[in-house]
Amino acid sequence: MFGILTPEAFIHGPIETGAQLIVVGGALSVVLLLTITKRWKWLWTEWLTSLDAKRIGIMYLILAGLMLARGGVDALMMRSQQAVAVGAGTGYLSPDHFAQVFTAHGVIMIFFVAMTFMFGLINCILPLQIGTRDVSFPLLNSISFWLTATGAVLVNLSLVVGAFAATGWLAYPPLSEIAYSPGVGVDYYIWALQISGIGTLLAAVNFIVTIIKERAPGMTLMRMPIFVWTVLGSMLLVLFAFPILTGTMTMLALDRVLGMHFFSTDLGGNAMMYVNLIWAWGHPEVYILILPAFGIFSEIVPVFSQKRLFGYTSMVVATMAIVLLSFGVWVHHFFTMGAGANVNAFFGIATMVIAIPTGVKVFNWIFTMFRGRIKYTVPMLWFMGFLFSFILGGMTGVLMSVPAVDFQLHNSLFLVAHFHNMVIGGVLFGYFCGFAYWFPKIFGFGLNEMLGKVSYWLWIVGFAMAFIPLYILGMMGMTRRLDFVDAASGYHPLLVLAAVGAGIIALGAAAQFICYAVSTFERKRHMDRTGDYWNGRTLEWSVPSPAPFYNFAHIPTVHGRDAWWTMKEKKQTHEAGYQDILLPKNSCVGLLIAGFSFLFGFGMVWHMWWLLPVSLIGIFVTIVVRSFADETEYVVPAHLVKATEQRHHK
Amino acid sequence: MKKHDTHEQVSFGLWVYIMSDCILFASLFAAYAVLHTQTAGGAGGAELFDRSFVLIETLILLTSSFTCGLALLAARAKNTVGVWLSLLATFALGATFLGMELSEFGMLVSEGHSWAASAFLSSFFTLVGTHGLHIFVGLSWLIALFIYLGIRGLTPKMSKRIVYFSLFWHFLDIVWICLFSLVYLLGSL
Repeated sequence: MFGILTPEAFIHGPIETGAQLIVVGGALSVVLLLTITKRWKWLWTEWLTSLDAKRIGIMYLILAGLMLARGGVDALMMRSQQAVAVGAGTGYLSPDHFAQVFTAHGVIMIFFVAMTFMFGLINCILPLQIGTRDVSFPLLNSISFWLTATGAVLVNLSLVVGAFAATGWLAYPPLSEIAYSPGVGVDYYIWALQISGIGTLLAAVNFIVTIIKERAPGMTLMRMPIFVWTVLGSMLLVLFAFPILTGTMTMLALDRVLGMHFFSTDLGGNAMMYVNLIWAWGHPEVYILILPAFGIFSEIVPVFSQKRLFGYTSMVVATMAIVLLSFGVWVHHFFTMGAGANVNAFFGIATMVIAIPTGVKVFNWIFTMFRGRIKYTVPMLWFMGFLFSFILGGMTGVLMSVPAVDFQLHNSLFLVAHFHNMVIGGVLFGYFCGFAYWFPKIFGFGLNEMLGKVSYWLWIVGFAMAFIPLYILGMMGMTRRLDFVDAASGYHPLLVLAAVGAGIIALGAAAQFICYAVSTFERKRHMDRTGDYWNGRTLEWSVPSPAPFYNFAHIPTVHGRDAWWTMKEKKQTHEAGYQDILLPKNSCVGLLIAGFSFLFGFGMVWHMWWLLPVSLIGIFVTIVVRSFADETEYVVPAHLVKATEQRHHK
Repeated sequence: MKKHDTHEQVSFGLWVYIMSDCILFASLFAAYAVLHTQTAGGAGGAELFDRSFVLIETLILLTSSFTCGLALLAARAKNTVGVWLSLLATFALGATFLGMELSEFGMLVSEGHSWAASAFLSSFFTLVGTHGLHIFVGLSWLIALFIYLGIRGLTPKMSKRIVYFSLFWHFLDIVWICLFSLVYLLGSL
């Protein structure tokens, strides 16, 4: 009945028990709060079953925020362990627990912070930017979100029941094979990624179709905002890369559960095939994350330089060049495999080539700023921080693309510093920038600029202090993922410095949450009454803030790039009168499918085989019942649209 | 008023999805290409594959695609009986195909050539099995269509769903043709 699940799975050491209590206590207090305030029905109808992309987007953002806190705690644990586990000290984490912490940190930050944050911003903004009322498949959108949330739940459930993988965030075999990782950690990893990966893939299908089919009249491809272009590029990458992840995880699961020999060390298995496959997904993945960040910068730099974007066409070409090239560089993650000089040279050169379109983008942003009247708002500060960090990270990346250099730096803290430069300084700063920029559009009021700046400076200073020492440590020969260092190595002072830096980053993150809280509290002072908080250029600023549930009372007609700017210049007005609007009804299908997927994943992890047919039949029945739903849409009558619009424009 | 999930959007979305499914098969094909010589001293494809058996399987699957096409024509002609007959034939042929594949698997396992015997057999079972799993999904899809067809009849919505199903079903045919030539024909050389 319970497979391999025994009561011992709930019993942990003191630190894990603390985490257990936080997870369970947090969940219980949310339940209690909802019950006391009688908000269950509100939560169900307004949020959980909503098919409004803006609502789904906000749920993605909340999930990303929660996961950022979890992944951030993991980071602080690693930095503090390394700062104290030196010489005679062994620190407070056992080697196995330390390994779980760095694995969970990587998995959570990439899959459940970066990806989730990205889909949050896309859902909130992209339909508005292309002038549509919704995505092509609203129900599929809800399913995607709930599958992502299911993955996050599985990862965090491993804190309470069982353990998480202790293999590193990509779970290389043979370590991740059943012989060396006999526990359930790797299984939690596999099924969390499988389930959320399917959600991501479905979301990509949805947004590709939305971008191709739903644009407002007049918005040709070459009139799309760059953010839309970069999302298109990113979603194409998801479409072509995520199935490789699904296939690879399936093979690993088959090795573990059915005793197959894809990646085992015996009977012909080939562990390096796993490494090749996982990076054939993994390298495009980093471009999946960074491209939308590039798009965000391409939106905000013109707005705050008060100029048109420099080099629109080259921006589009560069985006698509990156999409293509990103599939041709995966071997640079393991030059040490020994593929031979010619293979390594090919991938080294391909890696250097990818710096060219990226450089084009950087120059375009700088030329956009050139002779502009720059406003140093919080989003613009994030952009400046990005430039600094991304150029540093880009340089060190090109450095490591030289195979001979990489042989020295492979798996060292130099690499760790490099990719944090790209993923924090590039991706995360980009999303923070976008979040600060679009906050008024999403919530209807602006953020406190002073607190935003405090948070930015804490982040950037902490970031430099936490990661520049890692470059030096990498050069000194310190490898990654050490739970203990020898006193004679001389690493200790720099590790302490890095830990202090991580603490400053934590203050920055705290300042951000304070900023959101204070801004909400004093929101009357920063209300966005015009809908055009920053004097924007794209269509999302043409509607009131927050956007009404139907987005546009009139679908706009686009006459050029920077559609809203053109409208403002031409003083273009809508035709008089309002029309009925058709919108999708709420549906609990997304929740149901995700719930059954959760049971499926849990059954796979704990070998409760009877759960598998139960959950699959559940999904099948859900789909069949849904196939009979005829009235999936409702009409918003014209007079209601009129009333809503007049309330906003008062 | 603009409707959601229109025919144009859904069929385009399906094409996009099928593209990603191609990549899933591509990664399994790649794994097979890497591992197909790793028989760990056991039997290889030449000894294990029964070409004529697989040829019959192939012909059955191709015929099911033909009957699936007939279902489309019948739906267009609003011929409910024709739709029933051709979809039932598709189901029967698909189920026969899956049954034959499972019996082939059973034979291999009983002779000691299970998926755990070598990396070659792991990748063989996974590649062919993933196609079989897709066929199973297709058959489940057909059952869902039968339930709807039985209760609501041949509505315009139903006709569109037959189009979507046929897209998926023909795609599985194409994958099988790759499988048949790259795994079975090349493997039995």
